[in-house]
Amino acid sequence: METFRLTKNRIKDYLSNGKRLDGRDADEFREIVIETGISKKAEGSARVKIGKTEVLVGIKMDVGTPYPDSKDAGNLMVTAELLPLSSDRFESGPPRFEGIELGRITDRGIRESKFIDLKKLCIIEGEKVWNIFIDIYSINDDGNLMDAASIGALVALRDTKIPKYDEKEGKVIFGEWTKDKLPLSKAVPLSCTIHKVGNCLIVDPNREEEDASETRVTLALSDGNVVHSMQKGNEKEFEIEEFNNALDLAEKNYKKLYPLIKKYIE
Amino acid sequence: MRNEEFENEEIEQEVEVESEKERKVVIPGEVIVKGHDYLPGENTEKRGDSIVALRYGLAEEFRGLVKVIPLSGIYTPRRGNVVLGIVSNLTFNGWVIDVGAPDRAFLPLMEVPRFVNKNDIAEVMDIGDAVAVKIWSVKRRSIDLSIKSRGLGKLEDGMIFKINPNKVPRVIGREGSMVSLIKEETGCNITVGQNGYIWIKGEKVEDEILAKNAIMFITERSFVSGLTDKVKEWFDKQK
Amino acid sequence: MAKEKSSDKESGFKRPDGRKVDELRPMSAKVGVVPNADGSAMFQFGNTIAIAAVYGPKEMHPQHSQNPQRGELRCTYNMLSFSVTERIKPGMSRRSQEISKITEWALKPVVMIDNFPSTVIDVHIQIIQADASTRCAGINAAALALAHAGVPMKGLVSSVSIGKLDKQLVVDVNKEEEDWEEGEGATDIPITLTSDGKLTHIQLDGKISTKQLKEAVELAKKATEKIYEVQKKALKDSVDLGK
Repeated sequence: METFRLTKNRIKDYLSNGKRLDGRDADEFREIVIETGISKKAEGSARVKIGKTEVLVGIKMDVGTPYPDSKDAGNLMVTAELLPLSSDRFESGPPRFEGIELGRITDRGIRESKFIDLKKLCIIEGEKVWNIFIDIYSINDDGNLMDAASIGALVALRDTKIPKYDEKEGKVIFGEWTKDKLPLSKAVPLSCTIHKVGNCLIVDPNREEEDASETRVTLALSDGNVVHSMQKGNEKEFEIEEFNNALDLAEKNYKKLYPLIKKYIE
Repeated sequence: MRNEEFENEEIEQEVEVESEKERKVVIPGEVIVKGHDYLPGENTEKRGDSIVALRYGLAEEFRGLVKVIPLSGIYTPRRGNVVLGIVSNLTFNGWVIDVGAPDRAFLPLMEVPRFVNKNDIAEVMDIGDAVAVKIWSVKRRSIDLSIKSRGLGKLEDGMIFKINPNKVPRVIGREGSMVSLIKEETGCNITVGQNGYIWIKGEKVEDEILAKNAIMFITERSFVSGLTDKVKEWFDKQK
Repeated sequence: MAKEKSSDKESGFKRPDGRKVDELRPMSAKVGVVPNADGSAMFQFGNTIAIAAVYGPKEMHPQHSQNPQRGELRCTYNMLSFSVTERIKPGMSRRSQEISKITEWALKPVVMIDNFPSTVIDVHIQIIQADASTRCAGINAAALALAHAGVPMKGLVSSVSIGKLDKQLVVDVNKEEEDWEEGEGATDIPITLTSDGKLTHIQLDGKISTKQLKEAVELAKKATEKIYEVQKKALKDSVDLGK
């Protein structure tokens, strides 16, 4: 069932004093638990839990042909599936907008920041390049799948070992891995979603807070203050001042969050 | 609509009384007892000379009657239950209420104890409003609701959250003792719906949060004996 | 059976991972892995991991699929794209659709939902990591998740794959065994039994005599008894009686 309107109003009222029903501060995340290498079949993988929200992210690679407009670079493909297993709000069938958006936002943060050096993933220019597939699955949705997906994608990429490749045959030997890691940049594009609930800006909404949220903006930041991708979602507007505050909050959030995931990234 | 005067009074409803009997966890298909002296009660059946569990839960035997108290499962509507719901649709003669069960629940217009303009029933209760209602009758796949008892009607203000409906009896306690304790300690008005939805309204939001946390404490330890004392201790620690 | 087994020992059949012919891989099971669901569970055979979540009984959508006489069970089985070494495209393949239905049939005999007309119980199964026997792990997880969801059931079901590697029957086939090529090759026989020993699912791909197939079912019966104990423990251990 959808969160009751009176509960949403309570959340907003209480936030006007800067307080949240679960006792957190506006800029406070729930506990984040990260586990890498959760799949022996994937090139890289991760499980990320933020409170009761859980996602699994896996990296698979194979060799394909480059796109005509980037003949000397590997290909990156990100898909997200909001599994019906993870919430009664998600239905079986073709991907709906929420899942598509989740994949695309995660994709843009990684792509635009050049976190993966795709040029180094070219095998023969114009003929053979590595394809990298990042697949994101929701296991339990208790709000903020967006940031969980981003963290999951980053740490799974770092966990990735490149599979063995038979140059003569021009084929990947699936299930066998080299010791080589992906060429990743030191600038880590960590995503942060700021929600406007009532008149307050918060990070990491739980299910009820996300239901009460009227607008949001997701930013991928690296080095604490460099923005690589951004998307405002939902119907309500931001005041310019609020938006500026959201940027400040995102910056502040990066400083708190990055140390938590650092050991999985470096 | 909600009569403030009655808010602190217990809503009359049948409540399963908690007991401190010896219980064991059983799974579907498991033999609970053998022998011809036993009768199969709720969520069990007789197979040969055995009483077998049909649901995951706590098995209990009392004077030869064996039953299983479920630990989980969706809410099963019963006549007389007070439940909380959300208005999901308006019709020409009443309100469709979502009570979190697969069944459609309907509150007829004539249940409202005052004049209502038929063309504007949204003025009384609109889509998205929260209501406390009593189940008047359960027919095949449809439920008729009533709000004529005291303490029922549209819920204004406060907050609503959900717990596992199977834990409602522990939250209410023997003859309402547990919920009374929480009301006393927090000064909140509380309506516990048998469908697991709980409404809390206090003077301050902090009081509501305290009451909610106490209820969460109970649901996490609902099979522990001497729970009332533990809840009292818990409240003392919060002070 | 006993005679058969002793002769295996004499023949000295060696499984790739050193297991005895009637030995299952290490199993583990846990309920409550998806907090949002009405019931959920994880079941693992070695490197094969399945999770299942149950929602319902709830109102059946679309309405024209409603059965006014009884509740419906609806299973979906799928594999994460990275659960195998060669990536699977997201979405339901023909294989997933068939296994979904097979799973439904495997579970239906024990699920008592006649008293929930016009409703549906959704069982969603995902294979997190695959090392063969995924449908069996999925069915085991689903049975647990249904019980955990408080759905009335006559009992649980337990599922295992019996393999015939060359001429030898083995219990709980892994991927390496599934790809067995020596002699008569591999025959895969996934079997599901109720806790009182009734068949609710059996499939076979390969080559086997009817006589040996009967033996395979006997082997499955013994193996599912062990699986049942793991399932039972998972459900019992999840309740804290505070003792």
